[in-house]
Amino acid sequence: MGPRRFHPLLMILPVIVAVLFGRVLPTWTLSLATIAASNALVALGIVVLARTGNVSFGQGLFFAAGGYGVALVANGTGITDAVLQMLIGAVCGGLLGLVIGPLIARYSGIFFGMLTLALSMVFYGALVKTTLLGGSDGFNVGRPSLFGLNFTDTREADFMLYAVAVVTTGLAAIAAVFLFRSEFGLASLAVRENNLRVEYLGLSANRIITTNFVIAATFAGASGAFALMAQRHIDPQFAYWTTSGEFVFVAVLAGYQSVSAVFVASLALELVRSFSNLYLPNTWQLALGVFLLAVILFLPRGIGSLWTRERRKRTGLPAEAPAAAEEGAPT
Amino acid sequence: MTPVLSVRGLDKRFGAVVAADALSIDIAPGQKVSLIGANGAGKTTFVNMVTGYLKPDRGSIELDGIDIGRGSPRSVARLGISRSFQIPQLFIDLTAAENLTVAVSGANAGALSLHSPAEAHGRHDKAAELLGRFGLAHLADRPVSELAGGVRKLVDIAMALVRRPKLLLLDEPTSGVSAEEKFITMDRVIHAVAPDAATIVFVEHDMDIVSRYADRVVAFYSGRIIADGNPNDVLRDTEVRRYVTGGAR
Repeated sequence: MGPRRFHPLLMILPVIVAVLFGRVLPTWTLSLATIAASNALVALGIVVLARTGNVSFGQGLFFAAGGYGVALVANGTGITDAVLQMLIGAVCGGLLGLVIGPLIARYSGIFFGMLTLALSMVFYGALVKTTLLGGSDGFNVGRPSLFGLNFTDTREADFMLYAVAVVTTGLAAIAAVFLFRSEFGLASLAVRENNLRVEYLGLSANRIITTNFVIAATFAGASGAFALMAQRHIDPQFAYWTTSGEFVFVAVLAGYQSVSAVFVASLALELVRSFSNLYLPNTWQLALGVFLLAVILFLPRGIGSLWTRERRKRTGLPAEAPAAAEEGAPT
Repeated sequence: MTPVLSVRGLDKRFGAVVAADALSIDIAPGQKVSLIGANGAGKTTFVNMVTGYLKPDRGSIELDGIDIGRGSPRSVARLGISRSFQIPQLFIDLTAAENLTVAVSGANAGALSLHSPAEAHGRHDKAAELLGRFGLAHLADRPVSELAGGVRKLVDIAMALVRRPKLLLLDEPTSGVSAEEKFITMDRVIHAVAPDAATIVFVEHDMDIVSRYADRVVAFYSGRIIADGNPNDVLRDTEVRRYVTGGAR
């Protein structure tokens, strides 16, 4: 059934290489790579959800829920461990997703997208008005630690956070590949194609969408924790629509055909943004827009289609047939 | 013999249009029933109500004595009614085998696995067996978007058969199939369905198909049943000749 595929656990190797590579990266690129890995985690969630045919324009909601949840717990209990904070963020995002998911799964297409956007903006408005959470200024948190080790050296602290973010995002990617190839993953693609037929086959399309929604919210919550740890500050901007838009931007760049494309897209976005900000400080958004337009024009199925198309050619399959066998291939 | 499907006093209106008017029908196990009628006579509305897609305004629908009149397509499918569609409702970007695999997942009682490969636990074998039954094994790995209309019909019917339904409803199984291929298609369907001994109700416009494959014919006109019986009698009925076949036989 389809082409021969890599075992997802082989993806551990590039994750280890990426972590080790962090040792030789300049300090300024460490934080950039950490943000790219963190953003890729949210975008990966959007890709997971997009396989059901629904795009969330409001992942900032769960990103902020994870960030604020971790910040409150950290300041209230003194928990500074980066792994624990990531887990707390994931739980906060996932729980909120579990509340919202069943309600929103009944909608599809533009209604689904706009509802998620509306909810994130309601949350943003509530955060701005809540003086207990610092209002529009937000509040600070302490430097994260790891397994009881405190990092006073800035480079070591940045590398620790980079390593935890890359490992977490890498593990999430491996989980996503398992998910994409699973019975559930195939049913998710079926929902995107024809949710009425899915119901006629005895499956619940709503339940499938909700589960994917909760997974996406969990990833966004964990990512919010990383953003908090990187900035050591949180404010309502985490939930603002431009933050959500950035995640959708990465997901659109990546397409839904390959998990690894999400990381390439996230890194590409950060690089384009950093360099265009450096060389075109007043028009960097224009450069970003041109970059996105070019990808949409030349790679309408996203960056991932570059290598999935090549592999299909090698295996003699039609170039544009997105069979489930193709999904999540660890390229 | 207790009927598999028992429908009593079924009404359905869309504004001023009467799509079903006091429909009552019993279908015995193992029967091959053909529903005939001109476009708009109420055949597909009847199928849509029996499969839970439309809710009747009035009346009852029972499957093996269980009331399914208010059920959803999912709950009705789980109770044992499957259907195919006039325009095949497939997952167009997936391969034929993947379409069948989703259907096999739907037929299994447990929750969908988040980690076990889609083709594991015999799902691929079951999908391959069904495609083989319809003579489509060689097309298993082809995306449905690349398959011909007649083949899509067969894949659609194969998906409906995965559950081994008590009642199989086929909405125009030979529409869109060329005149030369319609009997081949229908032979394949009847042959493929035989091992599961399902009761079949099929909507059909082609009277050659009806007279050859149905052992009972129900004729619809303006939401009413105007004739019900064996094919020879129904197709000779004056009202049926006037409103349905147009004197075709």
